[in-house]
Amino acid sequence: MRIVTDPGSQSWYEASARQRVAGLVDEDSFEEFLGPAERAMSPHLPLFDLPRAFDDGIVVGRAKLDGRPVLVAAQEGRFMGGAFGEIHGGKLVGLLRAAITAKPAAVLILFDTGGVRLQEANAGETAIAETMRAIADARTAGIPVIGLIGGRAGCYGGGGLIAGTCSRLAVSEQGRISVSGPEVIETNKGAEEFDSRDRALVWRTMGGKHRRLTGGADAYCADTVAAFREAAIRLIGTAPAFDLAMLEAEQARLEARVKRFGDCRDATEIWARLGVNDPDAVPAMTDAAFAETVASVTEASHDAR
Amino acid sequence: MESLTFRHSTTKPAAGTKPMAIIGVVASGNLEVLLERVLPPDSCEIAIETAIGGYGDVWEAVVADFVARAQPGGLRISINDGGARPDTVSLRLAQGARLMEASA
Repeated sequence: MRIVTDPGSQSWYEASARQRVAGLVDEDSFEEFLGPAERAMSPHLPLFDLPRAFDDGIVVGRAKLDGRPVLVAAQEGRFMGGAFGEIHGGKLVGLLRAAITAKPAAVLILFDTGGVRLQEANAGETAIAETMRAIADARTAGIPVIGLIGGRAGCYGGGGLIAGTCSRLAVSEQGRISVSGPEVIETNKGAEEFDSRDRALVWRTMGGKHRRLTGGADAYCADTVAAFREAAIRLIGTAPAFDLAMLEAEQARLEARVKRFGDCRDATEIWARLGVNDPDAVPAMTDAAFAETVASVTEASHDAR
Repeated sequence: MESLTFRHSTTKPAAGTKPMAIIGVVASGNLEVLLERVLPPDSCEIAIETAIGGYGDVWEAVVADFVARAQPGGLRISINDGGARPDTVSLRLAQGARLMEASA
């Protein structure tokens, strides 16, 4: 008996960074830069007696997506929570800078990160800042930067900041986008403010459905590699301009959002104000039913994210 | 961190022509295995970096069992270990050898 598995039907959440890349881009088109055999590993982790990874937790390279050239970076959320260290960040920054001369159809960033690696915090924080600068430069040069978020580590800390600078974001239900994570908020403000063990609360507040409904993400897709591929192809074609008018529109939209929802005590109140008929039903909605709900919320899709 | 290196001679070269493969992730209870076809076909080397010291005998036994089964001649195998159990190590080594069986 021969078992045939379609890489596209694989769960994005469960897949490794390498499996995601392999299934996302055109078959056998991925060419890795600084691959594991080059052993570009963290110079800092041995000081802490911690194991290293041959790729420092990020896979970068070039590939074809739907026949067009793209640059791809994929974080491995299971290695140190996908956190940014010196080499990890350097690989991402280098890839984004290479986009200026390589002129790909897009740069795809497969986020799966808790933020900065505490053992190399200064280098990690610098990498976050350099990445945001590099994304701004790439977008100024007319290259869309698309973020794909649906991994087990979510997209937190500096990763959440970087996501905010991308042209477009696709998210699955499992994906979470925020800066301070649930445990961080609880540690600083107490469990009465935010109970990190309340999984439903975490997903309501930071999860893919909430981000899509409020327009924080531009596409919502099923938890499969094929769905993320489809979303990426679609989003490249709809990337907004990156100019002063767009930035001012984004600022105005954020200010309006605070004014409109600032007194809400729970995400369900926000969804109700957005016009969702039965907000309590949103978390358990199927992907198809949720897509219909999103289509009925006019504010969910907006160039100025 | 503890570093261990084992060298074995093999009776035949590893199947396939793929020059390199990687399997697994460095995470708690898991490991990554990097396989490179860079050695003479009658020998193999397995180099391990592990966060959990003091298990050299177990590693030696697991590696010897793998070499006897897979005959990975010509392969340099490098491991970053996050505290995997012996059965997980055996599984990853077998998965890695299988990946190398492909043609380049």
